This record gives sequence, structure tokens and C-alpha cells, in this order.
Amino acid sequence: MEGSAIAMMIIGIVIIWGGLAASIVNAVIKARQNGSKSDS
Amino acid sequence: MGFILAAAGSAIGLGNIWRFPAVAYENGGGAFFLPYLFALLTAGIPLLILEFAIGHKYRASAPGSFAKINRKFQGIGWWQLVICFVIAVYYAAVIAWALSYAVFSINLRWGDDTEGFLFGQYLKLADTPGQFGGIVPGVFIPLIVVWLVTLFVLYSGVRKGIEVANKIMLPALFVLFAILVIRALTLEGAAEGLNAFFKPNWDTILNGKVWVAAYGQIFFSLSIGFAIMVTYSSYLSKKSDITNSAFITGFANSGFELLAGIGVFGILGFMAAQQGVGVDEVVSGGVGLAFVVFPQIINTLPALNGFFGFLFFASLVLAGLTSLISIVETYIAGLQEKFNISRAKAVLYGGGLTTIVSIVFSSKGGLFFLDVVDYFINNFGVALAGLVEVIAVAWIARQLGKLQEHANSVSDIRLGLWWKVCLAVITPIVLGYMMVDNIITNIRENYGGYETWFVSAYGWAVAALAILLGIVFSLFRNNAPEIAASDSKEVSR
Repeated sequence: MEGSAIAMMIIGIVIIWGGLAASIVNAVIKARQNGSKSDS
Repeated sequence: MGFILAAAGSAIGLGNIWRFPAVAYENGGGAFFLPYLFALLTAGIPLLILEFAIGHKYRASAPGSFAKINRKFQGIGWWQLVICFVIAVYYAAVIAWALSYAVFSINLRWGDDTEGFLFGQYLKLADTPGQFGGIVPGVFIPLIVVWLVTLFVLYSGVRKGIEVANKIMLPALFVLFAILVIRALTLEGAAEGLNAFFKPNWDTILNGKVWVAAYGQIFFSLSIGFAIMVTYSSYLSKKSDITNSAFITGFANSGFELLAGIGVFGILGFMAAQQGVGVDEVVSGGVGLAFVVFPQIINTLPALNGFFGFLFFASLVLAGLTSLISIVETYIAGLQEKFNISRAKAVLYGGGLTTIVSIVFSSKGGLFFLDVVDYFINNFGVALAGLVEVIAVAWIARQLGKLQEHANSVSDIRLGLWWKVCLAVITPIVLGYMMVDNIITNIRENYGGYETWFVSAYGWAVAALAILLGIVFSLFRNNAPEIAASDSKEVSR
């Protein structure tokens, strides 16, 4: 693979899958916080 | 969690696997990611947030939610439900083909002439468009199976049916497809395929059509503009974070598209290497990619051909089913609400009618009907309804401020001016341009080279009938009592 193709693949993966991972982490943290609030 | 899986399951469909890779390749390869990501962030996710906010705030099906914004908007909701009905009748047929091909994979029944097998032996395609030519049992039987599964899931309810089905089907889809992608990347020539897919052609970046293609891909693949997300979000609990849910749904859909692109181009690279030609000579999309090119590739795999063929077509079935369930759910919910009937009756009447009409697509002429109906209902149904929805909410009812407040009251990510600009300015301009361009193109030249009577009767007329029926349904008196925000409607987030 050429360097430009590898660079675009990495950019796509980082932004899209990184965005997905960040959103999921945010949802999990919020769910835990809501869970601990309802426990207390 | 159930809602996010259902929303992602709806967005991730057949188009992610067979449309995105070809669209990206034809529009600049790696350079396409720039307009694609821009379209995702300026139209896809903002529209998802809008539809989630509408459903979540007004807690009703699409017609009910739009009616609560403005009584005159109820017709937009019904129009979108009729569009869903039209899409459901042919979408089920494509899933039925994939189901048949999953079985055919076991002994590679398509043989060496995969094109002849698809159009001749399997579909028994009629000679000329417009002929029905009788029912094809090989398509009819799997079509009935698809409908039985879909209607059983819908009959089982939102929590026990839709939520459970998506919790099983979506992870299964990811696992099956991930195995397929790993195999694709280990094939000879895969690197060449990926190079063709990701290599940026920067000359295309200033071409307006590439940007329109990016917005079109985002718009059509995210299940926006046809009532699904409004319906699903009406089932959410009151405290659900709708903005983050929209980001997860949008990124999950694009993440799967990217995975599909990697898998498809890895495999196309292998095919090109086997034939000793360039990747550009084997690239295709749509029905041809799935049912002609892929069987050819499966034939030439070094080992476990049947197994990997089954994985591919089973992935198509799962991706299709999760989307079909969401499409039919829109009008099941609409019928329940409008006529104050039980879910069982709504599934029986709504689902039953869809099943009967979809039998047309198991006829010998089914592929021709499918091709034209699909093109016109997407371009002059989904896209036009999406445009009207945005203009109605943003410019006529001027509700973006209230919906922004509602989304911000339950979400971590605060919506600012950018969200309103995306919806009130960028989305209408892009969708409006797409619409005008499509109308001019289709007036100048008949779609697919079909005869005028055929595109008029099964293309333009179907798209126009959807608008007309939307207006007619909105004029019927609502039998249901005013729907109150009810916790009993909620599903887990």
C-alpha cells in the first residue's frame, strides 16, 4: 500500500472508530454515575 | 443499550455493505473521507439528533410527533410511513435473495456462471420490464420466511421483540463480518485492493458532485428522513442522553461502513490478483457486487469456500433484517396510534398487507420493479421527505430552539449554534441541490434506460402516490385518545 493510502486509512479509522469509542465510553460513564446516584 | 442497538441496527443495512465501498471508490477513494466525515458531522448526526429529539419530546409515532409540532405537519409523518411501506415491500425481497444464497453457499450452487445463475436459474428474470411472468417459488418461499421472522419480532413487542432481536442480531452481524474481513485481509492481493480504496485522488475534492455523493451516502445510510428514528426514540426513557445516542448511532453506522469497505476491497483485490487485472476492472456495487461478483470470489477462495460464502450472505440477512424490522415498526406504531388498535392487530393488518404486496417482487419481473421503485422512492421519497421535514421544523414551525433546549436538558454534549446552522442552512441547501439535480437528470433521461411508461407507472407514480396517501391518511380522524408521555412505552437505553 502507498503511504497516502495508509495515511487515509489511519485517519478514517481514528476519527470514526475513535469517535464511536469515545461516545460509548461517555455513555458507560454516565450510566455508572446514574447507577451510583440511585444506589445512594 | 437496547435503543442504541436498535437504532444502529436500523442504520446498518445492506447499503453499508454494497453501496458505501463503491460510492467511496468512485468519488476519490481516500479523498472521499473528507467530504464524508464533513457530511456526517454537519448533516448526519445533526439530523439524527433532530429526529431523536422530536420522538423523545413528543413521545409518539412520526405522524403523532409531527402533529404535536403543528397539526398540519401530520401529513409529513404519514408520507414518511407510506415511504417505509414501499421500501419494506421490496427490501424484504432482497433479504430473501440473501437467505437463498446463504443456503446456496453450502455447495456453491451458483456454479461458474454466477451472472447466468442469478438472472436465469434463480430469479428467472422476465424478458422485458413490466412483465410479472408468475411467481418464482425459489424467491417466494424465503420471502415468506423473512416476513414470518419480521412479523414475529414485531408482534413480540418493543422490549421483548425489537430490543431482543437487535441484541442478538447486531453483535452476530459484527462477529460474522469481522471474521470475513480478517479472512479478506489475509488473501493475496488484499493490499492492492485496500490501496485502491484508500488512495486519495485529491483532484476530486473540489468537485461538487463528490460532496453531494457524500451527503447522499450519509443521508441514505443513516435511516433519517423516514420516521424510523422518531418512532424508536419515542420509546426512550425520559432521562436518556439523546445527543450522545445520536453520536453513537452515527459513528457505529460509519464504523461498519468503513469495515465493509476494508472487507469488500480486500476481497476485490484478491479477485483482481487472481484474474491478473487491475482492481478498477473488478469494482462494482449493489446487487451485482453481492450476488454476481461475490459468488465468483467465493468460488476462487483457497479453502472453506462454502463457510465464507455463508458468512457473507448471513451478514447480509442480519443487516437487512434489523433494518426491515425498524422500517415496518414505523407504520405498526402509526396504525396503533391512529386507529387505537392493539399491537397484534396492527402487525396483522400492516404487516399482512406488506407481505401480500411484496409478493410482486417474487415474480419473474420482480427485479425490474425493484430497481425502479427503489431508485424513485429513495430519491423522490426519502430525500424529499427529509428536505420537507427540515424546512417544516426549522423554518415554518421554528422549533429548533425548543428541540435544542429539550436535547440539552437530557444530554451531556450541549448543542450550540452549530446544530441550528447545520439543520437550517447546510442540510436544506444540500438536499435541495440534490433534489433539483435529480429531477433535471431524470427529466432529461429515463432512469436505467427503461421505457417512459415503466418509469412513470412504477417510479414517478409510486413516489407521487406516497405523497397523496400521506395527505389522505392525515385527513382521517384520529381514533386514539391524546397520547400522554407514558413510562410504559419506554425501553431500556
